[in-house]
Amino acid sequence: MKAKIVITPKKAVVDPQGKTVRNALEQMGHQGIKAVHVGKYLEIELDSADKESARRQLDEACHRFLSNPVIEDYKLEIE
Amino acid sequence: MNFAVLQFPASNCDQDAIHALRDVLGQSARYLWHKETSLGDADAVIVPGGFSYGDYLRCGAIARFSPVMQAVKQFADRGGLVLGICNGFQVLTEAGLLSGALIRNRDLQFHCEHIFLKTVTTDSPFTNKIPADKLLKIPIAHGEGCYFADEETLAKLKANNQILWQYCDANGNLTDTANPNGSLLNIAGICNERRNVTGLMPHPERACEPLLGSDDGKWILESIIAALENKTIAKAA
Repeated sequence: MKAKIVITPKKAVVDPQGKTVRNALEQMGHQGIKAVHVGKYLEIELDSADKESARRQLDEACHRFLSNPVIEDYKLEIE
Repeated sequence: MNFAVLQFPASNCDQDAIHALRDVLGQSARYLWHKETSLGDADAVIVPGGFSYGDYLRCGAIARFSPVMQAVKQFADRGGLVLGICNGFQVLTEAGLLSGALIRNRDLQFHCEHIFLKTVTTDSPFTNKIPADKLLKIPIAHGEGCYFADEETLAKLKANNQILWQYCDANGNLTDTANPNGSLLNIAGICNERRNVTGLMPHPERACEPLLGSDDGKWILESIIAALENKTIAKAA
């Protein structure tokens, strides 16, 4: 089983990396780029048969450790 | 007084803190490895600057789970004095001992320079000796020192007088130019509601001798010593 976690800065948080990447894309000639948000991607390999219990466990880990709820949102997918 | 200075893998301001406390201020200070589970007879704890655990995941995110931090939390819960400097401030926010978070500087640059600090209130164990209107010239050295908190948290910090220091210019004005990292409200340091836990991004321990360009950092460390001498504050033992 594999979990995929995407962590992104909350909308209210200034994201200077995202802004800089957006500006660079614009300078390269890419048009219509409204905003870029730079985050993190984690892949976790799991030795578990129960998808739901794995989700509960990782949800808690995301909330408590892998993301910081003050500044970040996360999306958790298990496949 | 007995100070404990924490050491995580990749702490790098621990020696500066020990030097300032022992050699400049004549205090008793010792290192405390991150695997320790007790603070011993410490009267106060310094969480020093550096790049604990390589700043992996987020600054301070892994250090907060170290055994010694569990002891620090219990110490803080009992009213013990805890000062987090730079990475130490990040560790304390990650640990939930201080509110808000420190994010990447707005210009994405690592800033290593002297800045000026305005002390917002002397009503804390970390600021009580700082003379009124005295601006502190203290160095910063960080890439992720932009203080962020939601509006509700900021309102609470203001209402409870928890903002201790703000970045200002040489005349004490809180300008945007004087803000090195984009911190909301020019915040450089805050304390918790109980006022026994404080974090700041600037490095007072690196500004305790004129040879280093400023000895203004002594005001902060001397405030802690004065608070410990004058009041009944929880001890670790």
